[in-house]
Amino acid sequence: MLNQDLKLSPNIFDTDVEKVPTRFGYGDGVVLAGEKNSEIVVLTADLAESTHSHLFEKRFPDRFAELGVAEQNMTGIAAGLALSGKIPFMASYSVFDAGLNWLQVRTSICYTNANVKIVGSHSGFSDGPDGATHQALEDIALMRVLPNMTVIVPCDYEEAKKATLAAANHVGPVYLRLTREATPHITTSHTPFEIGKAQVLMEGEHVTVICCGPLLRSALQVANRLDARGIRCDVINCSTIKPLDSETILKSVSKTRKVITIEEHQISGGLGGAVAELLTEKMPVPLRRMGAKDTFGESGSYDELLEKYGLGQKAIELAILEMNKIGGRFATGDLSTDVPGEFKLV
Amino acid sequence: MPTTLMQHHNANIPQLEEIAVKLRESVIEMLLQAKSGHSAGSLGTADIFAALYFNVLHVDPKNPNDPDRDRFVLSNGHICPIWYATLAEAGFFEKSELKTLRKIDSRLQGHPHYGSLPGIENTSGPLGQGLSQAIGMALAAQMNNSTYRIYCMTSDGELDEGQTWEAAMYAGNRKLNNLTWIMDRNNIQIDGHTEDVMPLEPLREKLEAFNWYVTEIDGHNIEEIINACNMSKAVSQRPSVIIAHTIPGKSVKFMEYKFEWHGKPPDKEQAREALKELRTLEGQIRSEYD
Repeated sequence: MLNQDLKLSPNIFDTDVEKVPTRFGYGDGVVLAGEKNSEIVVLTADLAESTHSHLFEKRFPDRFAELGVAEQNMTGIAAGLALSGKIPFMASYSVFDAGLNWLQVRTSICYTNANVKIVGSHSGFSDGPDGATHQALEDIALMRVLPNMTVIVPCDYEEAKKATLAAANHVGPVYLRLTREATPHITTSHTPFEIGKAQVLMEGEHVTVICCGPLLRSALQVANRLDARGIRCDVINCSTIKPLDSETILKSVSKTRKVITIEEHQISGGLGGAVAELLTEKMPVPLRRMGAKDTFGESGSYDELLEKYGLGQKAIELAILEMNKIGGRFATGDLSTDVPGEFKLV
Repeated sequence: MPTTLMQHHNANIPQLEEIAVKLRESVIEMLLQAKSGHSAGSLGTADIFAALYFNVLHVDPKNPNDPDRDRFVLSNGHICPIWYATLAEAGFFEKSELKTLRKIDSRLQGHPHYGSLPGIENTSGPLGQGLSQAIGMALAAQMNNSTYRIYCMTSDGELDEGQTWEAAMYAGNRKLNNLTWIMDRNNIQIDGHTEDVMPLEPLREKLEAFNWYVTEIDGHNIEEIINACNMSKAVSQRPSVIIAHTIPGKSVKFMEYKFEWHGKPPDKEQAREALKELRTLEGQIRSEYD
């Protein structure tokens, strides 16, 4: 049952719906933020149009800087701007501005606590045909581990727009993870958004499904189908990976005692990693992390890649069914296998 | 009593030379206490720091966050002992705090940390990042139509880092004439002489090709330092770089020119010897104007 308070998209379970990439939400959001606050500036490293930063460039040409293909320099310049009172959004692809420049992010931004917003587009499998070199599957881990950093992974256009506005108001470094592929609306302009607040989109008592990014829609669709079969899931949109909303997660898990995380990222270090850390310390229960399993991607369409790397709807359904079989509080056995295992209660 | 900006902002050359000696003394004492740290670059740039903070820069130790102040960014963070010594001498904080360098709970971190200590404008240590930070500040000043200047010191060894050249290319292209880059050209890096490890020359031609206004000076001649900084204010359409030729370990004979002293502190005996040399300049007076 969908949470009516969140005013989600009425077409959430339809198949033929309008699709917009989350990066467009940033592009529109940063113009709005720029209209509200004249200190906001935008930098890009030869990817103005791909990241939709060109909309800001058109609107505020004097508050925009094109750096060329030089992400390390862009990071340092963003820090210098922030130390002078500006609120820079620096935009590129996730592999470049959350990877190539990691030491600059660490030293010039995070250790300095500079008020810089890093916008990483084309993350996960969304840059499909470009292949593994361009598919950031490690960026959440790289950014999450840095002190002072906030990490946000919006699920759709509207949430990306709201996250951009929230990032502009938040004082401190933020990593905003976006995607290339056009994906369906999940939320609406009326859905609330707050940094650090996870939302239970669908309620159920059997399995907790925690997701971030556009894959959330697949999770909701699968959960909706299973609901008809009597298997009810809590589906949580955990769009802020750091700080993690442990309260919302633990409240759900204390009810279901079974957890699945779904993300377009390595299963270590990202959302699954963050949830595993939380549960291990506060509420050890069976956990299945879905994502890239210590592997790089390859060229292919977005949907083909999701299917091949175990993030298709069938794989999600199977994972929920398996987890649902596990009763009780603690379990033994390998819960990460794709083959339905023999889980023994302790 | 800490010297104040008012007393020293237009300090004359003999006064500045005397301050530079004091700064070198502080550096030796700090490194001896810390038992680790970087001697050569700290001593080699003392004259530049004296000239900047007691003549060139518009900064107020009593109002270190004045929005209209000139900014000084240190890119080669490992020579921060000289930055700390200068800030203390100028009155940004008490000189007694200098002995806490690199010790637990100190505001004087082994490499500079923005926010820890008044007067520190940036975080650095990993080489190659400071010039980009300074460019960000210069860009912000231009966007705001502010008239303050940004001065950035780098080493020469850190030109091995690609980011330095990304930054140089951008500043030249963007015509950031409110930026003065001071390069400590002391010809050494950890593994040896720069021209042996990774040749940088011809530096002037390289930087001119990147659209920088290039000056070369004797980095120990205070008058030349001040003149070059003042001249950079008059350059239009281009950022300025001052290649300051310095002697690593300057004024302590057994350290001078030796790359082995890049990252080493003096022991007790060596510190005593160094201080003796600094205080008497081998029996000579401190300044020819004395």
